Amino acid sequence: MEKPIFTKEMKKDYTILAPNMLPVHFKLISRIFRAYGYKTELLSTTGKEISDTGLKYVHNDTCYPALLVIGQLISALQSGKYDIHRTALLITQTGGGCRASNYISLLRKALDKADLGFVPVISLNFAGTEKSPGFKITPMMFIKLVSAVLYGDLLMTLKNQTQPYEKEPGSTIALVDFWAEKLVNDMQSPKFFSRKNTLRNYKTIIENFANLDRYDTKKMRVGIVGEIYVKFAPLGNNNLEDFLLSENCEVVMSGLLDFCMYCVYNMLADRTYYGDGSKFKSRIIRAVFKYLLNRQKDIINSIKTYSDFTAPSDFRHVISLTDGYISTATKMGEGWLLTAEMLELIDSGVNNIICAQPFGCLPNHICGRGMMKLIKDKHPDVNLVAIDYDPGATKVNQENRIKLMLSIGREQMVS
Amino acid sequence: MFLKKVGLDVGSTTIKCVVLDENENLIFESYQRHFSRIKEMTASLLAEIKSRTGEGSISLCMSGSAGMGTADSLKIPFVQEVYATRLAVKKYIPDADVVIELGGEDAKILFLNGGLEVRMNGSCAGGTGAFIDQMASLLNVQPDELNELAKKKEKLYTIASRCGVFAKSDIQPLLNQGAARSDIAASIFRAVVNQTIGGLAQGRKIQGNIVYLGGPLTFFSELRSSFDEVLNCKGLCPDNSLYFVALGAAISAVSEEINIDEMISKIENSKGEAGYAYLPPLFRSQEEYEAFTKRHKNNSSHIKFIEKPSGNMYLGVDSGSTTVKAVVIDEAGNILKQIYRPNSGNATEVIKSFLLEVYNEFPDIKIKSSAVTGYGEELLRNAFNIDFGVVETIAHYKAAKSFMPDVDFIIDIGGQDIKCFKIQDGTIGNIFLNEACSSGCGSFFQTFASALGYSAQDFAKLGLMADKPVDLGSRCTVFMNSSVKQAQKDGATIENISAGLSISVVKNAIYKVIRAASADALGKHIVVQGGTFRNDAVLRAFEMELGADVVRPEIAEVMGAYGAALYAKENSKADRSSLISKEELEKFTYKTVATVCNGCNNHCRLTITTFEGGRRFIGGNRCSKPTGVKTNSVKYNLYDYKLELLNGYRTKHIVPTRGTIGLPMVLNMYELLPFWHTIFTSLGFDVVVSPESSRDIFLSGQSTIPSDTVCYPAKLVHGHMEYLLKQDIDAIFYPCLSYNLDEKLGDNHYNCPVVAYYPEVIGANMEEIKNILFINNSFGIHNTKTFKRHFYDMLTAHFGSFPRKDVSNAIDKGYAEREKYLALVRAKGEEFLNIAKAENRQVIVLAGRPYHVDPEINHGIANLICELGAIVITEDSISNRVEKFRTNVLNQWTYHSRIYAAAKYIAESGNKNINLVQLVSFGCGLDAITSDETRSILEEKGRIYTQLKIDEIANLGTSKIRLRSLFDALKEERGE
Repeated sequence: MEKPIFTKEMKKDYTILAPNMLPVHFKLISRIFRAYGYKTELLSTTGKEISDTGLKYVHNDTCYPALLVIGQLISALQSGKYDIHRTALLITQTGGGCRASNYISLLRKALDKADLGFVPVISLNFAGTEKSPGFKITPMMFIKLVSAVLYGDLLMTLKNQTQPYEKEPGSTIALVDFWAEKLVNDMQSPKFFSRKNTLRNYKTIIENFANLDRYDTKKMRVGIVGEIYVKFAPLGNNNLEDFLLSENCEVVMSGLLDFCMYCVYNMLADRTYYGDGSKFKSRIIRAVFKYLLNRQKDIINSIKTYSDFTAPSDFRHVISLTDGYISTATKMGEGWLLTAEMLELIDSGVNNIICAQPFGCLPNHICGRGMMKLIKDKHPDVNLVAIDYDPGATKVNQENRIKLMLSIGREQMVS
Repeated sequence: MFLKKVGLDVGSTTIKCVVLDENENLIFESYQRHFSRIKEMTASLLAEIKSRTGEGSISLCMSGSAGMGTADSLKIPFVQEVYATRLAVKKYIPDADVVIELGGEDAKILFLNGGLEVRMNGSCAGGTGAFIDQMASLLNVQPDELNELAKKKEKLYTIASRCGVFAKSDIQPLLNQGAARSDIAASIFRAVVNQTIGGLAQGRKIQGNIVYLGGPLTFFSELRSSFDEVLNCKGLCPDNSLYFVALGAAISAVSEEINIDEMISKIENSKGEAGYAYLPPLFRSQEEYEAFTKRHKNNSSHIKFIEKPSGNMYLGVDSGSTTVKAVVIDEAGNILKQIYRPNSGNATEVIKSFLLEVYNEFPDIKIKSSAVTGYGEELLRNAFNIDFGVVETIAHYKAAKSFMPDVDFIIDIGGQDIKCFKIQDGTIGNIFLNEACSSGCGSFFQTFASALGYSAQDFAKLGLMADKPVDLGSRCTVFMNSSVKQAQKDGATIENISAGLSISVVKNAIYKVIRAASADALGKHIVVQGGTFRNDAVLRAFEMELGADVVRPEIAEVMGAYGAALYAKENSKADRSSLISKEELEKFTYKTVATVCNGCNNHCRLTITTFEGGRRFIGGNRCSKPTGVKTNSVKYNLYDYKLELLNGYRTKHIVPTRGTIGLPMVLNMYELLPFWHTIFTSLGFDVVVSPESSRDIFLSGQSTIPSDTVCYPAKLVHGHMEYLLKQDIDAIFYPCLSYNLDEKLGDNHYNCPVVAYYPEVIGANMEEIKNILFINNSFGIHNTKTFKRHFYDMLTAHFGSFPRKDVSNAIDKGYAEREKYLALVRAKGEEFLNIAKAENRQVIVLAGRPYHVDPEINHGIANLICELGAIVITEDSISNRVEKFRTNVLNQWTYHSRIYAAAKYIAESGNKNINLVQLVSFGCGLDAITSDETRSILEEKGRIYTQLKIDEIANLGTSKIRLRSLFDALKEERGE
């Protein structure tokens, strides 16, 4: 099986389809790709045919996110909406010991099975697992992508803290949409990515949200942690956020930046634990890590300065929380970050946590379910519930379990 | 005015209702099966309450897993059912510590004191009422009779209850081997107990005042006493134990008043609210259906049913998992007599009466030859002196070929299994069997039909003309249960559910078992058979899904037996069959005794059946030891050799100068024991290694397993830790290893996430590990320099000072010892390959992971292969013979790289005497990737790929079928 390569020539007239995980983030990211000449298009399709297509072309015991992502890409190709001979696919590849690093191989196998083997697949990774001649991320582009992630995280954090309390239904979403649109448009300006402009934007955004008319009620805060796709993508978690909102809760979750920093940190950890990699390489990685920390600090400080909203925790603090629970050498999948996210939620007073994971997820045997007893031992008042997602799991069962947690949580809130 | 409080609990199969008066006294209670007619039942219950109490208005609250949607659409207040239980227990049994509640599909444990915790069964409904019902129907008794049976138990068998499928595969052989039904009944209850504790306790001790609630625990005294026995307590099953959820709901009913009449009319007007996802109908018109049946009838016109025997006759028997099939045919293949009967747990009786019927109806019959196939092959062959035993796959192929000479794909869906195989160049190629799942099978359909109050046949017919079949997807039975529940909620009719189930049976077979992308991938000439295809809806769904016409023989359900009869005909040599005569049959008796074999550490539970005339059948054995049959050739089994090498370290002790270290013999320790053992002993530590795994070791650790879907090899770790904790040692060493050694075969050299980090799970979940020094640091043994430094740091942190040089030398010795171990394995592998060459024998590369050497994990499969006459070697004994090559997947796990390399070696060798069988542990996420890749490496060169899935279950039935078919296919390939 020869895999088709995404060449420099293809860049000119190929449409690049990419799965969507976080609508606002990915919208911004996609805009940046477009600015660099990649005709990316995000798939926002939903519906049962996606998982059906996945089941048809992917080994059924493969994790749910792979099934959905591949199902979504293939059903898009089969929809007739695209010129399949001028279409490439883009998929992220984390490059760790988890199965997720193989999504790209599974996608290629699935394409082959669907007689679409000629469609080139581009790996989006920062670990150098796979390269395409026609697709390159320059340092400048990287910096811009980080900005997109940060804006996305900021909008998500503010949205989560505003929407449950809005006086006018829909006003929060309208504000999010307004900003997403505005940021996409403003990106064309050369000054957009400057720190000065960024800080100014942060301020305005935060103030906009702070000024939204809200009720002064107290709602139960529910944290969501988990496998990254299932945690974020409504397609992966049966619209978990909407359900929690309808149950009168405030959703709390850490942003995408945390996951990015986790990946960078792990490269450092490889050096610490195993002596892998060169000194030079680790110096660069350390610089990137520091850069990300500083960028995160801008967001944290802005939120604290211009509003009463809860700001994300400093990532170094998140790392330190794993002490006494799990080693930061545990780096496959979401690894120690999953445990740390639960602890961070508890640390910031969120006592009800949903751990959303694909059925049979290997790292989560360790870092999710595997850590719950220890967390419960040290924090007896915390309610943790692990919810499995896969094509066969029904919403009824999932919601029933979440409702149980909410009942107990409410009782604790009263007493 | 005070309103009476009504609590409604709508569970998965039953609806419970209570009414409380102003003093919260129970004045009305009702418990009924709802057959999914939830709204109608609710309305009639409300009407009854009105007439009984004379109240026009009440306050009402609903609960229960199936009540959520109804409550939502009718705007009735709802309380989550576990929460409701808790409210009721708090009120009525305030001193309770732990509540165990089992329902139709749910199992729950509530820990009330010391940090409230609630555990519910997650993705699996094994060990619940539905499971017990399923098992009862397998034994062909009513559930309450199961309880009566269990009272007479003498001994217990191990039955996996994680999933009905696994339990069935444990029970079926027991039944076929004739184990006492009372013992099986008691074992079923014990399985439920183990499942509940193993799956839900997750490290928390179940102690104090224990309360039993819910249907199964109320109805089955033997289930309660089984819990009592295991938990070493006397649990309380209170009055109204069925109604606690309903009571909790009633207690929470404090809302505004609800007018009963208004509510009833609201219910009546609310039919079919939300839509559900549906599929195109099976048949659009009666004409279409008639054309369909006519076409299928025509396919079988060449077989006639004869009334009188003339000439030689042949008997074929197929003893399946739930049914027994038998036919008698003549030289031309015409049928004299056929049966298709449930085996009711006793196939011997069924065949005895069938043979008597044959002898009585046709006194002059001459049976020239006979053959038997299926699960009960060995038992029946011994019982009735049947001439031949034949592998199921071969039998089915023979039969299918008589309907379609150029058949290239056969799919057989029986009671609990799906068998499919491809025919390539006249031999059986790939075989697909369902191992992990029975959702695509007949028994599932049947269970569902009876739950809804229909016979399977009637239920299936309902679906033929359904207009909007429910789209139920393809997955596990349990999930399908809840999908059906949801569909009912969304207003799907029985007809559309029936059609939907037929379609999902088909989807499961195609997408889960065969995993085909299109009809073309299966073949051009497809024969379908097995009892489930009797169901026209299933047949139609199959053709629709494939977009092609297939052949269903008129004798679809007896094809196995028909094929066996053909086999008997083709192979008959003697003038008359050795089958026992009418006279012998009339005084035919048999006796079954259960015993334990003490031939080796496996301690197989044997059932010995003795027949009239002294013939004996021994079942339950994993090797030939107890049967006294000596295999004529020496066994060459590299699995045994590896185990022997590793066991050698267990007995290697030194007088400790620095202390004693415990090493758990689990997961990657199966490879790294030589390494760690040597390092520690070189430094003056004595090493205690945990013993070989066993079921008892597993059980001793099962209560601390946090994730019930992790693989069995990982689950075993807990038991090994329990063992080490009881030893007189200073520390347990069980390191985390992200990376394995780099053997330069792949793109990276990781361990799988579970192997790499399971020590973290042990540290976080086993309470008693705090009482000992538990070293689970992360090391990187692939990077010698750093490893030496870190290992030194670890040692000095815990055991005082060491000269750096000593540590460095010890580690070097460790690496050398590991090399030596691998070299020995490879040398032995080479030796075996040479023997195979010299003696022209078959070699099976039983490819798995190092820990598959554990007999508790491989269940003696290596031995079984040897008994079938082949030589067994391991993947690591030949993986070094291949240079790194390109794979279609990211090749990043050391152990798996070896499997690819072994497959490559075989594919490139051109030596048809070497074949690969891959062992896959259920729940191994990585093997979803590796098995497909291994298959494609082999198939690219036209080689057969065989996979054996293994789990807790020790039933070798399916493995045996696969292996025998493989050997048969290989034999035909060689033209023997």
